Amino acid sequence: MKSLAKHREVWLAAAIALLVMLVAVRFPGFARPDNLLTVFNDYSILVILALGQMAVILTRSIDLSMASNLAFTGMVVAMTNAAFPGLPVPLLIVQAMAIGAALGAFNGALVWKLAIPPIVVTLGTLTIFRGATFVVSGGAWVNADAMSPAFISLQRAEVLGLPVLSWIAIITIAAFFVLMTRTSLGRSIYAAGVNPTASVYAGIDVGRTKFLAFCLSGMVAGLCGYLWVSRYVIASTEVANGYELQIVAACVIGGVSIAGGVGSVGGAVLGALFLGVIGSALPVINVSPFWQLAISGGAIILAVVLNARGEKNKGRIILKKAATA
Amino acid sequence: MTTIDRHIPDRLDSPLRSALFSWEALLVLVAVAIFIVNSLASPYFLNAWSISDLTFNFVEKGLIALAMALLIIAGEIDLSVAAIIALASTAMGMAMQAGLDTPGLVIVGLAVGLACGAFNGLLVTRLGLPSIVVTIGTMSLFRGIAFIVLGDEAYRGYPQSFAYFGQGYVWWVVSFEIVLFAVMAVVFWFLLHRTVFGRTVFTIGNNPVAAAFSGIRVERVKFILFCLTGLMAGVASVLLTSRLGSTRPSIAQGYELEVITMVVLGGVSILGGSGSIVGVVLAAVIMGLVTFGLGLLNVPGIVMSIAIGMLLITVIALPILWQRLKKARTV
Repeated sequence: MKSLAKHREVWLAAAIALLVMLVAVRFPGFARPDNLLTVFNDYSILVILALGQMAVILTRSIDLSMASNLAFTGMVVAMTNAAFPGLPVPLLIVQAMAIGAALGAFNGALVWKLAIPPIVVTLGTLTIFRGATFVVSGGAWVNADAMSPAFISLQRAEVLGLPVLSWIAIITIAAFFVLMTRTSLGRSIYAAGVNPTASVYAGIDVGRTKFLAFCLSGMVAGLCGYLWVSRYVIASTEVANGYELQIVAACVIGGVSIAGGVGSVGGAVLGALFLGVIGSALPVINVSPFWQLAISGGAIILAVVLNARGEKNKGRIILKKAATA
Repeated sequence: MTTIDRHIPDRLDSPLRSALFSWEALLVLVAVAIFIVNSLASPYFLNAWSISDLTFNFVEKGLIALAMALLIIAGEIDLSVAAIIALASTAMGMAMQAGLDTPGLVIVGLAVGLACGAFNGLLVTRLGLPSIVVTIGTMSLFRGIAFIVLGDEAYRGYPQSFAYFGQGYVWWVVSFEIVLFAVMAVVFWFLLHRTVFGRTVFTIGNNPVAAAFSGIRVERVKFILFCLTGLMAGVASVLLTSRLGSTRPSIAQGYELEVITMVVLGGVSILGGSGSIVGVVLAAVIMGLVTFGLGLLNVPGIVMSIAIGMLLITVIALPILWQRLKKARTV
């Protein structure tokens, strides 16, 4: 299983490289390292979100509320910044992560304590969180002149040649790698997805593991709330509307099985970057941006067909719990 | 984890008792309560025309929910229905520009819906893929095609006679849309609760393996259900396009989640295997009542969505809490 998973990441990396080369044939500038780093920076937020979603999907759950969580946290953080421009930005980032984690915990608690299917819970909170964004802001926007200079410039500052945003993504990737492969929580997350029944016998509290996975996805969504509003210098109710499916798409393309238990940090990152390369290449090769949606749709279908071939139908339907659940 | 405690009672509850304590009865109560609150809250609510207008809030989504209920009972899901509306509507716009008249447009809309459903069905049943992922993909694909065709343009100028489906009235305040919804609700009720096909849908949802061993062609039934859902999305597309009189690629954005909310609110288990058409119809009416009532009070749409989201979670959570409370008392 391990070598197969490795295989898939190699193939995905090769597909991305091929894509870059194809574009570079016509436009050599696209493959230049500095441009590729720009692509990475542009899609850092998607990479971070995909990692949080991966943790949830691994436990046979799904978090459809991430984009709404992001919008809500982004709005609250931007409003805090507008009201108290003197507050240091790192404090705001902590605030974002705390709010995001709290919203994630709300999802997780409903899944854990009431055993409501995750898709139902997060479908509900998807609309609730976005509605709450409207309520706290009264429908108003927070834009550039309301934000403090430090709030906007922090993620753009360059450290060792890379913007802070990219560094945050790299640190998140590293943290998730350690979490998933070197800690008992990571093991439990995989175990809860592969075989919930066996996990219970092994002394793993499957419900609690799901709860923690939701806290995790909420926390990264909160972090991205700050990153998003400070990057696009606007906080509104419409922020990241519909983005939740892009996040799931990144995971699916990255080989994270929707049936749970299968997937890796590298896969999720590459899945997000695959979407990133497509999104960045289209304007370069002069294809109307209106093509992007259809192309990423095609990519998802292709990815899931290829994944299914690899898994030989091992997966279960996400809507099904284990027979003994 | 929860444990199953299915015990077999000594005797069944009387039909009256089980009807009184059913999910549908709870939904009726909720609907009546909201109806009363609406009439008290706004002086404009209790009026034949208001109530007729109210139905436009849920009919298009409700039509899809009827078919989606069967699909979810069978253990699958279709997230691409709103995108099918967009693609079918775009196809109708193209057909209109090519000079087709109303009957042709309707056929194009329905055919595109059916074709999209069949495409989903083929991917799920032939290739054995999980439907949630497939339909997230086709959702982007179908709407993406609509965006490729239209970009930031829109189709306008549908023929006069085409407007009847979404704007016409059969008699007095009774719109064509609500009549169609009522007819389709009866058709789907009959299909699910009174035919062999309906029984197989439940069987598949409860245990696909046992269903296959009992000689049910599981894949074929699922394929038919995907086609049916696509077709109903096509019907909804005809109604919505006719009602709005124009097509934009962003038409019906977010409908898929509202349709699924309706189905789940209607008492259909998202895990498959149980549910009823009566429940789904009631849930559609409730959602129409909530959004229309809040609209009369000038509550913005986005705040209404909070109400819908909370309704969804509360209505699912309450029976679970109730069961737990009851158990705690008996132990």
